[in-house]
Amino acid sequence: MKRIPTTCLLLGVFLAACGSVDLDAPIPVYDTGVDPDAWVAIPAGEFLSGQFDDPLALDYDYEIMVTDATVAQYVDFLNTALPGGTLEIAAGKIVGYYPGDAFHGARHEVEIPAGKYLIVPLDDPASRFTFDGGTFEVREGYENHPMTNVSWFGARAYCGYSGWRLPTELEWEKAARGTDGRPYPWGDALARNNANFYASRDPFEDMSSFGSRTSPVGFYNGLSYAGYATLDSASPYGMYDMAGNVWQWTGDVYEGMHYRFMRGGSKDSYDMDLRLWVRNNAAPEYFGPGVGFRCAREAR
Amino acid sequence: MQFVQARFNYLFKSTKGLILVAIAMIALETAIFGMLSGPMAEFGVRDFVVRVLNMNLIPAEREGRIIILYHSIAMAVVAIETYMITGLLKMKAFHRTAVRALVTCGYLLAMVFGMGFAYWGHSWPLHGLYIAGLTLVFFAGVVLVVALWPWREEYYQADNAYSRTKRGVDLERVAFFAAALTTVISAGFGAVPGSYFGNGFRVMLAENIIRYPDKTTLQYSVIGHLHIMLALIAIMLTLIVGRWLDFKGLLHKLAMPLMILGTIILNLGVWGVVTPLEPVAHMIIYVGATPSMLAALCLVIFGWDKLIRSGVAGISKPNFRQKLGALLRDPLKFGALWQMVYMNFTVSGIGILMAVRLDEIFRVWPAREERIELTGHWHILSAIVATIILLYYGDMIGLKGRIRKLYGWSIVVLSDLAFAAGTTFEMKRLFVPEATQQPLVNTVMLLVDFGLGMLLVVLALAMIWRLLDLFKRKGRWAEEIGHELSAEVGG
Repeated sequence: MKRIPTTCLLLGVFLAACGSVDLDAPIPVYDTGVDPDAWVAIPAGEFLSGQFDDPLALDYDYEIMVTDATVAQYVDFLNTALPGGTLEIAAGKIVGYYPGDAFHGARHEVEIPAGKYLIVPLDDPASRFTFDGGTFEVREGYENHPMTNVSWFGARAYCGYSGWRLPTELEWEKAARGTDGRPYPWGDALARNNANFYASRDPFEDMSSFGSRTSPVGFYNGLSYAGYATLDSASPYGMYDMAGNVWQWTGDVYEGMHYRFMRGGSKDSYDMDLRLWVRNNAAPEYFGPGVGFRCAREAR
Repeated sequence: MQFVQARFNYLFKSTKGLILVAIAMIALETAIFGMLSGPMAEFGVRDFVVRVLNMNLIPAEREGRIIILYHSIAMAVVAIETYMITGLLKMKAFHRTAVRALVTCGYLLAMVFGMGFAYWGHSWPLHGLYIAGLTLVFFAGVVLVVALWPWREEYYQADNAYSRTKRGVDLERVAFFAAALTTVISAGFGAVPGSYFGNGFRVMLAENIIRYPDKTTLQYSVIGHLHIMLALIAIMLTLIVGRWLDFKGLLHKLAMPLMILGTIILNLGVWGVVTPLEPVAHMIIYVGATPSMLAALCLVIFGWDKLIRSGVAGISKPNFRQKLGALLRDPLKFGALWQMVYMNFTVSGIGILMAVRLDEIFRVWPAREERIELTGHWHILSAIVATIILLYYGDMIGLKGRIRKLYGWSIVVLSDLAFAAGTTFEMKRLFVPEATQQPLVNTVMLLVDFGLGMLLVVLALAMIWRLLDLFKRKGRWAEEIGHELSAEVGG
């Protein structure tokens, strides 16, 4: 008899750990008023890079998307590129061609030869789109959320399809920090309503069940949404979500490494990873619900 | 005045008093700075603490703050082990006094002024005092090495029950000496890059550069330093526990050469990471770790066998249940050895799994996930070391009866619960997809927080009791002032 409460407690803990997560739980829908098709021009010149504010210079102008690429934008791309033959379906996933990387045989380096690689999975329940065998559609409510569950190849393919590219790490950092070496896009300190990060108590998270979810791009723009007041958290050049929401793939391919680098931190990151010099990386075929991207292009 | 002087003499001149002060300092630091991360940050406690204590947490300096925090706690742990060694082993009185004075001043300077510098703005005199503290601890180590010199006849082992050479050189003392000597040398592997990276605060945490194929010699040095120092703290504690339990007999004779060999090879492997041997350094480390762990296994077998034998001493033909009861009767002694076994599940096992399946599993995941595993498993090793110290401390302050059982089992069960949950958290990607991890994360974090939180409560209660005891005229402190650990060995 004495063991019953302990057994019940252990059983409760075990069941709580095994609890299912409703990935399709209703999500609040907000129009942030920020245009995901907008681009911002970043001028050539010096900026302070990295944790120790090293002066560096980019000697060219470039443009970068104001927000992360959204699910709606990516679905448009899939619906165009798949019938067009740029992408293919293979073994339950969308694949696309990549010309491969030079292989240097460094320790832990995995060779990436020319071939077809994962763009997005088709059967992952965390994906924010559906596919009926012919057409891709956005899951309701996620139109203006950042595209996630997309590999580095998938991010590169999206940008490349329109003649754009992924930003380099330095381009990304300059766009996020401006020239004054600030640690966050909006300044020196992080408040909970500056960005979507782990346990930031935004309207899209429920830490007791599904945890953190993405927020619409440009959500932290100083507006109030159903009583939730955000701070205007644009970068000095007017870009949104450069810290938090989703990690963003960058385009650099480094010698001796097959890993691809990400910046910005995500909805699942602690605040320390939202500092703009922090780097994350993963194999290029990795995809996850906290990883997205935005594109860059030559100045026009 | 005599009231203060008597307490001062206990706290800063007796072995048990010195250990109490160091444990209290660690407990205090853990309580304050533990509120700045993890769930406390999520609950908003961090913001409150930062505001109330007027801390100055500049985002770019987080890594530097953490490095000073780790070092200040590590110095206190090193001091505790030093007090134990100087209390357990024979040495000249001058050496004992010098080592204790140096290490006490050193860790207190490093802790107080290091944390002041790290968390309350940049006052360079504080930084200077922090470095001075670390330096004093280093010199304490040098003096300890001299004090432990095993080839002096007065330290020869006359009793054949212990591991010794034909001439009588005490091999256990050689093991202590080897661990102390290599600790002092290995400290240099941190001091040299520390001087470089600390000059201008170009600090880095090793776990953040783990995937970069090209690391500088100084970066390798940092990585080697942090691994070997923790390993040496664990090796030294294993030797200390052996002395506490009066480790001897055949297993002792087997274990001590293994421990000496393991310590030396392990160190050579780690030092090798900054030499052209780097590509094979890991293999050397594995070769060195194996005899060290076998030596620890010998200790566990000896200790548990001893507990069983003494527990069933009056029973003519004890059955399994009686033997098990005897084994578990004293949670302090059983627990200290159990934690060494448990470490294999939560630290060594994880490390081996990661090494074997690194490229296939762990390096497919984002680097931040790998960082959780890296930092998680050495946090657990550090905490296991702390729990073993607390278990020995419970014995040395004479806990008896139900209090002894409650204290001991609380430490073992609560910490192991937290460590198991922490290990599950580290490895969660093996069991659950990223998108559906939250229930598992919530559960394991609850268990971690509960386990460690309650453990800290137990520690706080013990510290409060000891604090109140200091106000008694004939308190326990008055008895302990004359106790020496060497007189209580195997008791």
